[in-house]
Amino acid sequence: MMHWIIAPVILPALLAPFIVLAARYHFVIQRVFSIAGVLSLIAISAGLAWQASDGTVTLYQLSDWAAPFGIVLVGDRLSTLMILLTSVLALFVLLYAIGSNWDKRGWHFHALFQFQLMGIMGAFLTGDLFNLFVFFEVLLIASYGLMIHGGGNLRLRAGVQYVLFNLIGSTLFLFALGAIYAQTGTLNMADLAQRVALIDAGDTVGIRVAAVLLLMVFAIKAAVVPLHFWLPSSYAEAPAPVAALFAIMTKVGAYAIIRVYTLIFPPELAATDGLHSVWLMPAALLSLAIGMIGVLAAKKLDRLVAFSVIGSMGMVMVAIAMFTPAGIAAALYYIVHSTLAAAALFLIADLVRAGRPSLELIAMPSVSGAPLTSAMFFLAAIAMAGLPPLSGFIGKLLILDAGFEGNMAVWIWAVVLGSSLISVVGFSRAGSTLFWKAKSIPHGEDTSPEPAPAALSYVAVGGLLTLLVAHTVFAGPAYSYVEQTSAQLFAPEPYVSTVLDTPGKLSKPTKEEH
Amino acid sequence: MGLELLVASAIGILTAAGMYLVLRLRTFPVIMGISLLTYAVNVFLFASGRLTVGAPPILTEATRYTDPLPQALVLTAIVISFGMTAVVVMIGLGAYLGGDDDRVNDPAAETSGEETS
Repeated sequence: MMHWIIAPVILPALLAPFIVLAARYHFVIQRVFSIAGVLSLIAISAGLAWQASDGTVTLYQLSDWAAPFGIVLVGDRLSTLMILLTSVLALFVLLYAIGSNWDKRGWHFHALFQFQLMGIMGAFLTGDLFNLFVFFEVLLIASYGLMIHGGGNLRLRAGVQYVLFNLIGSTLFLFALGAIYAQTGTLNMADLAQRVALIDAGDTVGIRVAAVLLLMVFAIKAAVVPLHFWLPSSYAEAPAPVAALFAIMTKVGAYAIIRVYTLIFPPELAATDGLHSVWLMPAALLSLAIGMIGVLAAKKLDRLVAFSVIGSMGMVMVAIAMFTPAGIAAALYYIVHSTLAAAALFLIADLVRAGRPSLELIAMPSVSGAPLTSAMFFLAAIAMAGLPPLSGFIGKLLILDAGFEGNMAVWIWAVVLGSSLISVVGFSRAGSTLFWKAKSIPHGEDTSPEPAPAALSYVAVGGLLTLLVAHTVFAGPAYSYVEQTSAQLFAPEPYVSTVLDTPGKLSKPTKEEH
Repeated sequence: MGLELLVASAIGILTAAGMYLVLRLRTFPVIMGISLLTYAVNVFLFASGRLTVGAPPILTEATRYTDPLPQALVLTAIVISFGMTAVVVMIGLGAYLGGDDDRVNDPAAETSGEETS
């Protein structure tokens, strides 16, 4: 059995304690190990993605226990795509944290960072709902530490809100798992996919409650309106590299929705009929609208970026809520784009902060490094608002195209196009206030100019923007890949049979019960 | 029958009290509420394997047995919720000591944006 698929979980899990215990007082060693770890994660994830690219579903049985009884990790196109995205994002975030010295402003940044990666990787790879819960908790508890990294009262208060909201989400998750277990007697996703389809039409109360609760839990993670209230404060107050890494955390929610609602509760399942079209789609349209209106209304740059994250998650959820192969493919393309663009914007907001007393959207004297920062803001804002020529535009076209068929087409087109206009106005207002009007404000007498941000910070942001450009230039291959990914999601038989029919300990040649 | 009623109403009362406390405005009651909710969910998970009295939690020759899996799930859930509560107490204490205020909502100047100086 190939052991590589568990490496993205094991490697950060081993690196983190090493960094805490052995390299506690040596920042250079911490940084070297952290970077080396993330580089090897990229290599491993790329290898796994390459392996899954021909449609192979890789199964890993921990301790060789067979599927419904043991814990399994499953690597298909979607999982490996997401872990590759995570590790690439992690590299640039780490470079920025090192370049801007954010990692020295508190203790244990690198260790928490590795634990966070471990949780995210595990959540993407696991084939078991209870393990999904456990990995959610791993990534959350690391994110609590990262969120309040560097301290400060506002950050601690935002941290309290963030932790409380997520604790409620975890409790709901457990209620959903209990209901699913009581009804089906299993928590393995592939096994559930088979058993949920077999439940009598008159006996679906528990499973329907569970399906709605699970959707709520994942919607909290994905910050879908009206469950988005935790996001603006916590993302705006979190340290910039942490907020940039959190750009993937909302996508964990989107991933979980895609996985669970294509595999376990597929759109054609009668018991959960209408869940996505009646509930998820309006909520997604609403979060798209509210996010982009928030971009226009924000008075501080970090809040503006946080609301643009809500808006872009709304866009992703609109595409997901269609639950058609084309819709999911568009959503996956947009997830990659939105992760990179949101991360770049959070880092740029921190670059802007470097020379200003605050991030209020009012004109202040221009600072050193402003021309490059403003150019980068311009690019990232174009990407996030979805203007041509960057990948946001292509992603939006794909979503509009996928939504053209259904009966919600009018709503989808109206909200997507209207909110795009609002976000363009919001971003251009912010950009012109921050960078253009700064020219006309004279410098104060007694202020000495702040040093420009380090070159490595610019390299990190530039790297993210380069990836966005690459995502645009290679949109054809990228789209055909996500199209295959989506096709694999809508034909789950190979996934289910790989998970359930691979022999291991305790498996019998003939099934006696169930 | 009596056992089912007892467990079900315990879960219900714990959840209701927890929900009420979670909707309070200060950190301490909210944390208490979350603790009650986690107790409720632990009992709920425990009951998800059906309530059986006096049966072994393993497959034996006996026809009656208790489902052992929910007990393992509950153990995991207890450890996680315990750790999470400890974390939120620490962060809440830090926020309270730093700001002399234990409200969970944003400070007023933060949300209204009047702080323009």
